Amino acid sequence: MKHPQLSLITAWAWFSALVVPAALTALTGVLLVRGHGALGSELFFGNVPALDAMTGRIPVWDGIWPACVGTLSLLGLTMLFALIPGIGCGVYLAAFARPAVRAWLGLALDLLAGIPSIVMGLFGFTLLLTLRRTLLPQTGPSLLLASACLALLVLPVLVTTTRGALEALPRQLSLSSAAMGLGQWATMRRVLLPAAGRGILGGVLLAAGRAAEDTAVIMLTGVVANAGLPAGVTARFEALPFTIFYRSAEYRDATELQQGFAAALVLLALSLSLLAGARMLQLALERRWEGTVVR
Amino acid sequence: MPGNKDRIAGLLLGTAAATVACAVAAVFGFLFLFALPVFTGGQGLAVLGGTWQPETGQFGILPMLAASVCLALSALALGWPLALGLCCSIRGFVPAPLARLLLALLRGMTAFPTVVYGFAALFLLVPFMREAAGRGSGLCWATAALVLALVALPTMVLVMDAGIQQMERRLHLTGAALGFNRRQILVHLVLPACRGNLSAAAALGFGRAIGDTLIPLMLAGNAPQWPHSVFDSIRSLTAHIGLVLATDTHSAAYGSLFVAGCLLLLVNVAVQLALRALPTKNGSSATYGYGA
Repeated sequence: MKHPQLSLITAWAWFSALVVPAALTALTGVLLVRGHGALGSELFFGNVPALDAMTGRIPVWDGIWPACVGTLSLLGLTMLFALIPGIGCGVYLAAFARPAVRAWLGLALDLLAGIPSIVMGLFGFTLLLTLRRTLLPQTGPSLLLASACLALLVLPVLVTTTRGALEALPRQLSLSSAAMGLGQWATMRRVLLPAAGRGILGGVLLAAGRAAEDTAVIMLTGVVANAGLPAGVTARFEALPFTIFYRSAEYRDATELQQGFAAALVLLALSLSLLAGARMLQLALERRWEGTVVR
Repeated sequence: MPGNKDRIAGLLLGTAAATVACAVAAVFGFLFLFALPVFTGGQGLAVLGGTWQPETGQFGILPMLAASVCLALSALALGWPLALGLCCSIRGFVPAPLARLLLALLRGMTAFPTVVYGFAALFLLVPFMREAAGRGSGLCWATAALVLALVALPTMVLVMDAGIQQMERRLHLTGAALGFNRRQILVHLVLPACRGNLSAAAALGFGRAIGDTLIPLMLAGNAPQWPHSVFDSIRSLTAHIGLVLATDTHSAAYGSLFVAGCLLLLVNVAVQLALRALPTKNGSSATYGYGA
């Protein structure tokens, strides 16, 4: 039985299956071809000896080391802000919330997940203006503000994965621990949270990946092209995505452009390894409970 | 006493959840509060006018709204059929090893930084588009739409695929009883039954495309004008916010930013309400990676 409709769809399926990887290969190919030559310690530290640069004794001006440190501090601070509300809210939704609360909170989270990152940056900016007009006239864009806004941006990822990891656990776990006389919280803390730990950690890595790649939020809340190593949480900072964006428009010579390509490769590697880590943890969680999940 | 502990834990976790809810309310509240003076401050509705000419004091952001919508819709028109094609490939239209590779690739694409797409496209696609258009710099609507389609693709495929997988499990016996093979089941039974998921993918893709900043900012040329041809340089609302705030913070153009932010928020609310109205099983569980 051969329908023309089916062969048309087959052709389209093959076309999509070839054209999308081709486009992606072309885009990553151009990065590799033009950027691989710059990969090396020169890219990160410029002409400064690596050890002096890492300890911050000599400032690095023509390498991406400050941007890397900036991105990592941004990630750390963002996670510090997002972890407790994110995981807490996920646990609450999975086990403690009443249905009506669950529905409303679900809507709030979907809305939060859909807010464009530039709008989140604009929110940070209004926050800053408000602070300036009221309590703290001295405040400016800073690492602290940027990571607070980024934390809001990645919260939905954390909540969703925490909730998902807990809900994927077999029901017997909570039933048997309740049968042994454990309360709701004891069940959660002693049984469910440890069992879902890997999945939750995977969510943390996913959230970190989102925070690492975002550019729009930090553009409005404190990132600059030249700041050196972050001087503290209230200072402006450099970050990898912004360095790439800046280099795309403002490169002065071929070396800077090549460094832009290489920086894009570094950011890509960081994002992909965070995703791969998250994926491995979540697969491990699935494997562990395979066959025991009752649907 | 276990009962007491439960109550305390519930309270603390509830506080965490309330914090999240308050944060959402704060984002909406602050942006609307800052946008309000633009309307009440004598200018009235001028900010929603059709001309952007700061020299003559005209700050209408309607062309940017049009540009955002055109850009997102064209990215969707390019990306959605491709996403559907990819779903068909993954679910039986290409050999299994290739299908597995495709799925892995699409998962990887969710972690692709948009700034990296923009950077690579700037040196690969833009010269090509310059040749194709025969005029201008190659920074135009078409360039941005092509890359945006790629950016929104993984979200759409993963949402579609989640629905298709579930429906396939439910319908394969029925299909087998009708004498269908796997492809026929997919085309004749599963896809029609997944209409809700397919629309949800479109809505999410639209939200993703209209909310993206870096791609239009880097690739669309940023001229604040009405979009006429696909080779025109256009400026999206998101790029507008980035541009104005990055250059000067004390001009009269400033108020328009908050209005632009509110418009984007309203689009987001509309998308979410549309998603809720759709009959999907797992629309929200597949929404990671959405909104950058």
